[in-house]
Amino acid sequence: MTAYLKLDHIDKIFTRGNASTEVLKDISLTIEKGEYVSIIGHSGCGKSTLLNIIAGLTVATTGGVLLENREVNSPGPDRAVVFQNHSLLPWLTVYENVRLGVDKVFAKTKKRAERDAWVMHNLNLVQMAHAKDKRPSEISGGMKQRVGIARALAMEPKVLLLDEPFGALDALTRAHLQDSVMALHQKLGNTILMITHDVDEAVLLSDRIVMMTNGPSARIGEVLEVPLARPRKRLELATNATYLKCRQRVLEFLYERHRFVEAA
Amino acid sequence: MNMPATKIEVETAAPASVAAPVVAMTPKRPPRTEAYARMARETAVRVIPPLVVVALLALIWELVCRRAGSALPPPSKVFKDTKELIFDPFFDHGGIDKGLFWHLSASLQRVAFGYSLSAIAGIALGVLVGQSVWAMRGLDPLFQVLRTIPPLAWLPLSLAAFRDGQPSAIFVIFITSVWPIIINTAVGVRNIPQDYRNVAAVVQLNPLEFFSKIMIPAAAPYIFTGLRIGIGLSWLAIVAAEMLIGGVGIGFFIWDAWNSSHISEIILALFYVGIIGFVLDRLIAGAGKIVTRGTAPN
Repeated sequence: MTAYLKLDHIDKIFTRGNASTEVLKDISLTIEKGEYVSIIGHSGCGKSTLLNIIAGLTVATTGGVLLENREVNSPGPDRAVVFQNHSLLPWLTVYENVRLGVDKVFAKTKKRAERDAWVMHNLNLVQMAHAKDKRPSEISGGMKQRVGIARALAMEPKVLLLDEPFGALDALTRAHLQDSVMALHQKLGNTILMITHDVDEAVLLSDRIVMMTNGPSARIGEVLEVPLARPRKRLELATNATYLKCRQRVLEFLYERHRFVEAA
Repeated sequence: MNMPATKIEVETAAPASVAAPVVAMTPKRPPRTEAYARMARETAVRVIPPLVVVALLALIWELVCRRAGSALPPPSKVFKDTKELIFDPFFDHGGIDKGLFWHLSASLQRVAFGYSLSAIAGIALGVLVGQSVWAMRGLDPLFQVLRTIPPLAWLPLSLAAFRDGQPSAIFVIFITSVWPIIINTAVGVRNIPQDYRNVAAVVQLNPLEFFSKIMIPAAAPYIFTGLRIGIGLSWLAIVAAEMLIGGVGIGFFIWDAWNSSHISEIILALFYVGIIGFVLDRLIAGAGKIVTRGTAPN
């Protein structure tokens, strides 16, 4: 197995004054190139912290992240993030939001016209080219998230990090966007790491599902392979035995063995 | 558009064969005259009430001050006394014997100069204090003390330092209006959402790009609040400062009128000072509205 992205014994302890909380304990995981991996767990288990560590936005207390055998510990466009709340800059248009990253990443390698074409190419990938001159406040939540995905894709990241990208969307929009992400993954072959708390979403999209135990000191409880052929069709899978079995397995983990402890 | 509903084991599903009646809505554009009439009505609603109040107040003023021996002139006398000043604001007889336009423009120039300086310094210091915890710890207590010093208290000190009226007046304007700009800018910078900082980090913007592409647009609403308070304060300060430094300017015009007992001229000058203060405030508010368009979080 070739480790493309490797999480090596990551611990994270938050210290505030004298009190310190261990959020993550001994997280090790290797992800292959082109793989789609989901991390699932109850809220507060530290999955977003883990994603922030991989993105370089938070520093691990011990352990580290290796991308193509090089340690990464500061943020960079090689690990582009699609944020949960889209985080588009409201004073820029859709086009300018994507362009901001493109201008930085390809400052030396692409000419102006090429960068412009590349921005439009990525907006086309997420079917948002028609709204390129709109501001984020003028488009719907699903559209904003599409632009967020375009912004991340346009940086040509080695790993695409999705932080509960569909969490704030209604069910229909979410399904639509999940299909889009699946199609993009199929087409571009990105390595994707997604944080989610939606069991169906995890099974539908992932090659592997990493299930995290409850915090504090959250660990990787179990890793489940999803042996479903791609491309996957949402409707056909609804009755597929493998799909149902995977789903059952994740549900059991989350609701029987590691039930959410209310305000423990 | 009448599709039969799919029945899923439920016999009672209502037959959905009745098409919903479609009401055709012909878009109707109101005729032009009607639009104008509406606009006129809306303007009237806003303009008439203050006019009525002003007319009433003037009437009361007229009645109160009309009596013989009244200390202040009634509006009719004010108008009669100052007719020349109102209708010829551009005369220039040398020295300080100039029309009101020249006095006001001298004051406005001082304000423009002092206020520009304080806008630049205020935003720069505000960014520093908002961005760096140590700068805040070191400077914020100082700012909090200095900002309570009344504008005119600075004047003797600045006269001693500059030995000239003009720079002293500009300094007083600067020192009066700089504090709200600093404090509001600092709050704006401190309140930049972590999301935007994360985006900047992932894209790897350098500090200069962060400043121009994230910080200034994100903090713009706060900065403009500070700028708006600042312009009001500098207009307050200039009149007081000019009374003391003399020369051409609306402040000294008022002081001079008092010394020569031209009460009507004082009243006219106050009217102009009020109107210009209002216009300055609107100007900054308008500029803020244009610049911060789309900056509101969504």
